[in-house]
Amino acid sequence: MLVEINNLKIGFQSRTGLHQAVKGVSMTLGTEKLGIVGESGSGKSLTARALMKLLPKQTVIEADKLAFDGIDILAASEKQMRSIRGKRAGFILQDPKYSLNPVKTIGSQVAESWHTHKGGSRRQALEAAIMLLEQVKIRDPKKVAAAYPHEVSGGMGQRVMIAMMLAPDPELLIADEPTSALDATVQAEILRLIEELVSERGMGLLLISHDLPLVSHFCDRVAVMYAGHVVEELKASELLSAQHPYTRGLLNCMPSLIHPKERLPVLTRDPEWLK
Amino acid sequence: MTIEIDNLRISFGDREVVKGVSFNVAKGASFGIVGESGSGKSTVLRAMAGLNNEWSGRIAFSGEDAPLKRPPAFFRKVQMVFQDPYGSLHPRQTIDRILSELPLVHGMDKIDDRIAKVLSAVALPLSARFRYPHQLSGGQRQRVAIARALIADPEVLLLDEPTSALDVSVQAEILNLLADLRAERNLTYVMVSHNLSVIAHLCTEVGVMIDGNMVEQVTAEDLRLGNVNHAHTRELRSLSVELEEPA
Repeated sequence: MLVEINNLKIGFQSRTGLHQAVKGVSMTLGTEKLGIVGESGSGKSLTARALMKLLPKQTVIEADKLAFDGIDILAASEKQMRSIRGKRAGFILQDPKYSLNPVKTIGSQVAESWHTHKGGSRRQALEAAIMLLEQVKIRDPKKVAAAYPHEVSGGMGQRVMIAMMLAPDPELLIADEPTSALDATVQAEILRLIEELVSERGMGLLLISHDLPLVSHFCDRVAVMYAGHVVEELKASELLSAQHPYTRGLLNCMPSLIHPKERLPVLTRDPEWLK
Repeated sequence: MTIEIDNLRISFGDREVVKGVSFNVAKGASFGIVGESGSGKSTVLRAMAGLNNEWSGRIAFSGEDAPLKRPPAFFRKVQMVFQDPYGSLHPRQTIDRILSELPLVHGMDKIDDRIAKVLSAVALPLSARFRYPHQLSGGQRQRVAIARALIADPEVLLLDEPTSALDVSVQAEILNLLADLRAERNLTYVMVSHNLSVIAHLCTEVGVMIDGNMVEQVTAEDLRLGNVNHAHTRELRSLSVELEEPA
């Protein structure tokens, strides 16, 4: 198993006491595509960040098991973590506008990521960068490598982020809302690209999203999170016929193009879901 | 209020971003504009709201041409709701202060009553009145933004992606609220969104924009059935339908 999470709890210490944001989440991930869906504040991003030990110091993290490829994350030193982050597990964030360095060319940023993990000369790194840009299907990789982030579109920026993450040949790719900032047409392209690369290279994918239909199309399995709990875990293909009232509620309250609804049903939250 | 837009052109510098857009909206109707980022849909809306003075063509409300510089009375009739409720409310002002701004500017009376009334119209508890925006959830903030637009008793609401920053569960509540308000107050809506199903839910007629042009206008019904002509409309529709169908 690439990732093993057992009874993960994440809390934040505040003046008034400990606020539990993630309340006992368990999941495993092999070389497959696992989606985590849920509303904002359900703890899906926190779970992924805890796995990479990317949470602020004052966060209280407890788990019976939190392991990446057998390495105990909670006990791992910062040095060990650095050999995992980026190198063995890549992280793609929501908005390329904020994740790329605005004052460096795209080529030099991709080259830096390659150089950091693989070494070699600067020229080698730059050549590798152009090859990586080609792999994420950028048509004119040389030209894009010489451009700055503000000169390319959002979809192109996200491709660049993916190229950077692929540089060190990671075993796991964590994508946190990778397409929420993009147009529908671009979104489909980017997800298809991620899907292709993941299956080509035999990687594991953890896709975090609030978009249920999207996840059901691009993942193998889905974990549905609500208020810090995983309320349901099921095959992605069965997501649209899910049984849990929370998942059903989320699906029902979306407006539909082909099945118009006079009025949208709203979600009535049941305290039972938290048990 | 009927709305007529005729050959609207907007340029930023020497780059033309809206290239002759025309459409009409009947009183009490709702018109949706869809398109990708950069297609010019929000720019059209901002020009209608009087937030952009660099346009040519005709924008008319109730048959009257809107001047480049709008008179204060205009803003009592036409109000706008923005996309991001996290960015559009003043972080250091209470909800009470935010809502009283417009009545104060327009010298309205009974501000206290108006605020209480508008808060109940958007189904916010009265206790929210003296809170700050950061003490409210995203959905509650968007309700405040809608309340702020409603407080002048406008006839037209311009909605710029009013639900795209919200969870689907909250989106449903806001869309229902917008539908109810339109029915109760006979409001005219122009809504911009990139989400076809949201547009089709709230609007009866839809204009599709690409690259500064409105390439097609269809009824929501035809959009649902797929009776569309332009390739871009078809592409947007099929992407939306594909996602709705089980994998």
